[in-house]
Amino acid sequence: MSYFSDIINGTKTLLTGMRITGKYFFVNLFTRKYVITQQYPDNIDTLKMFDRFRGEITLYHNENNEHKCDACTLCVSACPNGSLEVFGDKKPDPETGKNKRYLVKHIYHLEMCTMCGLCIEACPQDALEWGQNFHHVQYDRSKLTKVLNKPGSKLMSGIKG
Amino acid sequence: MEEFLTDQLKTQEYFLNMGPQHPATHGVLRLLLKLDGEIIRNVDMDLGFIHRSIEKMCERNTYKQIIHLTDRLDYLSSHMNNEAVCLLVEKALNIEVSDRIKVIRTMMDELTRISSHVLWWGVMGMDIGALTTFMYGFREREMINDIFEETCGARLTMNYNVIGGLRYDLHENFVKRVKEFIKHFKKKLPEYDKLLTNNVIFRKRIEGVGYISEKDAVAYGLNGPTARGSGISCDIRKIHPYSAYDRVDFEEAIFTEGDSYARYKVRIQEMWQSLSILEQLVDKIPEGEYRVKTKAVIKLPEGDYLQRVEAARGDFGIFVKSTGQKFPYRVKFRSPGFANLTALNKMTQGLKIADLVAVLSTIDIVVPDIDR
Amino acid sequence: MVLNIFTDIHNLLLEYMSEEATHITELILIAAAYLGIFAILGLLLVWLERRVAGFFQLRLGPNRVGPFGLFQTIADALKLVSKELTGTVKADSQLYRIAPYFVITTALMSLALIPFSQEIQAFDINIGLFFLTSVSSIGVIGIFLAGWASNNKYSLIGGMRTGIQMISYELSVGMAIVTMVVLAGTLQISEIIELQKDGWFIFQGHIPAVIAFMIFMIAGTAESNRVPFDLVEAESELGAGFHTEYSGMNFAYYFLAEFVNMFIIASIAVVLFFGGWLSPFGITDAIPFAGLFWFTIKVIGVIFLFMWFRWTFPRFRIDQLLTLEWKYLLPINMVNIVLMALMVWLGLTL
Repeated sequence: MSYFSDIINGTKTLLTGMRITGKYFFVNLFTRKYVITQQYPDNIDTLKMFDRFRGEITLYHNENNEHKCDACTLCVSACPNGSLEVFGDKKPDPETGKNKRYLVKHIYHLEMCTMCGLCIEACPQDALEWGQNFHHVQYDRSKLTKVLNKPGSKLMSGIKG
Repeated sequence: MEEFLTDQLKTQEYFLNMGPQHPATHGVLRLLLKLDGEIIRNVDMDLGFIHRSIEKMCERNTYKQIIHLTDRLDYLSSHMNNEAVCLLVEKALNIEVSDRIKVIRTMMDELTRISSHVLWWGVMGMDIGALTTFMYGFREREMINDIFEETCGARLTMNYNVIGGLRYDLHENFVKRVKEFIKHFKKKLPEYDKLLTNNVIFRKRIEGVGYISEKDAVAYGLNGPTARGSGISCDIRKIHPYSAYDRVDFEEAIFTEGDSYARYKVRIQEMWQSLSILEQLVDKIPEGEYRVKTKAVIKLPEGDYLQRVEAARGDFGIFVKSTGQKFPYRVKFRSPGFANLTALNKMTQGLKIADLVAVLSTIDIVVPDIDR
Repeated sequence: MVLNIFTDIHNLLLEYMSEEATHITELILIAAAYLGIFAILGLLLVWLERRVAGFFQLRLGPNRVGPFGLFQTIADALKLVSKELTGTVKADSQLYRIAPYFVITTALMSLALIPFSQEIQAFDINIGLFFLTSVSSIGVIGIFLAGWASNNKYSLIGGMRTGIQMISYELSVGMAIVTMVVLAGTLQISEIIELQKDGWFIFQGHIPAVIAFMIFMIAGTAESNRVPFDLVEAESELGAGFHTEYSGMNFAYYFLAEFVNMFIIASIAVVLFFGGWLSPFGITDAIPFAGLFWFTIKVIGVIFLFMWFRWTFPRFRIDQLLTLEWKYLLPINMVNIVLMALMVWLGLTL
């Protein structure tokens, strides 16, 4: 008799499965309660990432357009992929008269970065920090190479070069 | 009859190239099948399509820089891989980490394990043809990913472990979210059983299929859930407890049938066990520092070092030979997927093409883990 | 008839041309209309499937192009039309090109017999159901040819599986239909529907009719190559099965035909078990073309069942597929026919 009990039990398991999917279908049909997807390009303005989200490396600038980087290049040596390039130069400090290092260009190759965060850890001045931008799409690869220090920015006072 | 078929009808075995681009091979794995009609006579594996020479890359990286590369091996158990490197260095340098770090690492491990198994469950259903399971699996996975993103900063390649502790302290929402997840997942796991495990078609597809005996499993070096489906006790969490595994109470999921269904049951059981570990720890995260100060340049004393952890797919091992420099002289990763995949031929002898797909998904391979 | 536009058109045409010419023109018009129905039906059903699948899978489905994403499939069809028709070098090119038309022609031929309402049925012959089953079995040749002519092993395996599957399950579909024909006593579709005015056959024939309906649904799913019987395509095993090598419009033919076939199977189920275009309790029988509404509702109900199966169940293996047919469905079906015959003989129908 296992022939018939097989049929009945088998049908029962199939109907149990259908009940579960059916529940989701009908609830979603009328209320969209169980819909888990986001309507991505629509919510791009309201979509907020978590504070710790590792989107890209940024150089901190305060409201006076001052950054904390003194071009010590520790971040460059910490980076496993060579995604950072720092160009510094030296000029005499007007106050002390000593030669002081200053940042010319902080170049960031986003296309090579693996977001490991070692540069941020290595920075003694906490000049680098995470940016939450996730929308990196570009049509040209060269556009992913960014200059992190803003034009006209200078070293924050109190940071020794 | 057999003779008549081969002599009179001139039937012959033929060769079928499955992959590297094929939906069932879970990445760029190439399977060379020798088929007799639909029946599999031989399976050869052709690997190396996603070889990135990570082991060689490790030789020019410092120990801190190695960690983020291990994310890219088995990307579904990235936290365990990170932890293996950190544990190895900490052991070599005798860095004692606080209980808080140990407990957090354990919780993250188990969350990763659940998220990996949930994804496996979804893909398993999809391989067998039940497309809906994939999205149901992702519903739970999404909750875990949010937990990861909030605390670690990324969803997949978390890179949360650093040598001597953790990158950040726990986010304030962590405990709340984990509790929410436990409550949610406890309701959904029985649903998985109703939807797929008990389904008569599914059971007929995987019961008694892909058998591998205990003896063969040992011979092929199977590990992780795949081996535990053949009745082998091989859980590193039990054999060599690390982090906080010695203070939690859990059972190693072992089934002795050795078929695909046994391997399936092992993973479902492991999800329950992980859930129970999370429940035990979530209220008892001790206070303490989340990171021990280490030297800026880490140099391992000369010698050979080995660390094993139980990743979601099994025994993940990392071997480091150091000459006292800041770079390792040689790094070798022992990936669970590679050993498990070698048994595919043994498991699928005489089965049909459809079974190959089912067996492959119960082995639960991640190709970047195999190719490295 | 209050609104008999067909007679109006007929008279209008007669004013301008001879009787034979009118006849031919009408045939062409009807054929064109059915081609239109075919395309619209296919596109709508693809949209419906994707939308339904979305809700089953906790998603929304297509919702960007047009209201509720209704034009999404039209956009897809436009894309497919504009694509290049590729093929393999060593394919049997003539067979390869001709194969999709087998599928599409048979689907169209079957469509002609579907009674959308009392007024709309192109081809109502006295051996309707017999014609339908015979025509739909030609469709398998198209799939078989596609599998063979593509000169691709995946396609070939898919094609061989089709042969096995279709031949087996045609038996069950046929015998489930025979069961209902025993009850009806006629093969003509319009007559079968007329006979259900007192009660749909699923109620008239109660137990054997319900069993026949279940068997018909299972075998019908297999006939339309849908999950859990989609071994022909089995995307996780064979890539895309028999249409792996097809692109552009040739692929679209298979794709649309698959959905139209599902519609045809659902329509037969509605005709045989749920009274076709008849309204429940005859509430709107007096209104012309109201049948269209009821027929659509019923067919969508049955199609929804198919979709429900598809988005819930895993796929069978080829040997299990055959076991199900030959060891379970066929014996049950045979007993069921005898049961139905006995019932009709003893007058136990309701």
